[in-house]
Amino acid sequence: MIANYGYKDGSGDYYISIDTDRCIDCAAGRACLTACPKEMFEIITDDYDDEVACIKQANRRSLAYDCADCKPSGGYASLPCTTACTPGALKHSW
Amino acid sequence: MITAGIDMGSRSVKVVLLEQINVDSAPQLQYAVKKAHLMMPGELDADQAAERAFSEALAAAGVARDDVKSVFATGAGRKQVAFATEGVTEMTAGAKGAVYMYPNARTVVDVGAEEGRGIKTDAEGKAVDFAGNEKCAAGAGSFAEAMSRALQLTLAEFGEASLKSDRTIPMNAQCTVFAESEVVSLIHSSTPKEDIAKAVLDAVASRVCAMVRRVGIEGEVVLIGGMAHNPGFVKSLKGAMGVDAVSLPDLPEFVSALGCALIAAERQH
Repeated sequence: MIANYGYKDGSGDYYISIDTDRCIDCAAGRACLTACPKEMFEIITDDYDDEVACIKQANRRSLAYDCADCKPSGGYASLPCTTACTPGALKHSW
Repeated sequence: MITAGIDMGSRSVKVVLLEQINVDSAPQLQYAVKKAHLMMPGELDADQAAERAFSEALAAAGVARDDVKSVFATGAGRKQVAFATEGVTEMTAGAKGAVYMYPNARTVVDVGAEEGRGIKTDAEGKAVDFAGNEKCAAGAGSFAEAMSRALQLTLAEFGEASLKSDRTIPMNAQCTVFAESEVVSLIHSSTPKEDIAKAVLDAVASRVCAMVRRVGIEGEVVLIGGMAHNPGFVKSLKGAMGVDAVSLPDLPEFVSALGCALIAAERQH
């Protein structure tokens, strides 16, 4: 399943997509949990009884701001979360 | 066996009581809806509302509480249904219910009071991709309701009025608050109510469509949630999505509760 967490507002689309099929049995040891400086990821058991990562509820409405520090303007060449996610399950829409 | 699905929406509580049946002449019929009950909670707390809606549904169906094997909850307030056996997300419930009613459905558009979402599903009714808008209600029913109040029309009149317009007026505001001031400006410039109603519903459809396009449009498209009752919105959505047909269940607001009850029944096996 592709789970898109986030929103669209007047300034653009701000979604983090998690491919849960790649996230199950994570080969990266759930590195996203520690890679994100804002600790926005958590592991849940989804409706199909799979343990997968998701974005915490509190961050889903503020991704544009929460992720801003990790974008190139914040001095990062690549996003810490997508870099840490070696199975390639994570994507940012912006 | 009877199972229950409770959809704790932000505006109303929907309860579906589902009974497993065995019909020799029609073995494909596995379940029958025993009762579909909707309650507007008003000032009640969410947990009180769930309890009352469930009790009302049981009484209306003549079913004892102990006869219900499992109660699953979904919706924004699913965690507040204290007596629920388990909770499932709106995406899982909506996909399950839509595919049960329309086996060829692969794209489910769910537009309720406070949130709209697009869901891609497989043939078993399992959500394979979804996108919603977690930030604001501009792509949902409460936005349309607020705008109908600004136009001093009932929701039913609002939907019908939009069908009488073939004018396209772009609404730029993304937020309900600013959109209302845009509507007031249109009223002051003597724009006919029909054109304003269509502009509002086009705007909602456009935002919902952006979410649906994120997951992709394929197969039969089913619209569920209370906004499916609005014919103007249905027309706007078809236009925005570029599809000729959108399947509309008779009781679109109950589809997620039905999906929930179906999942509850399947997990009993």
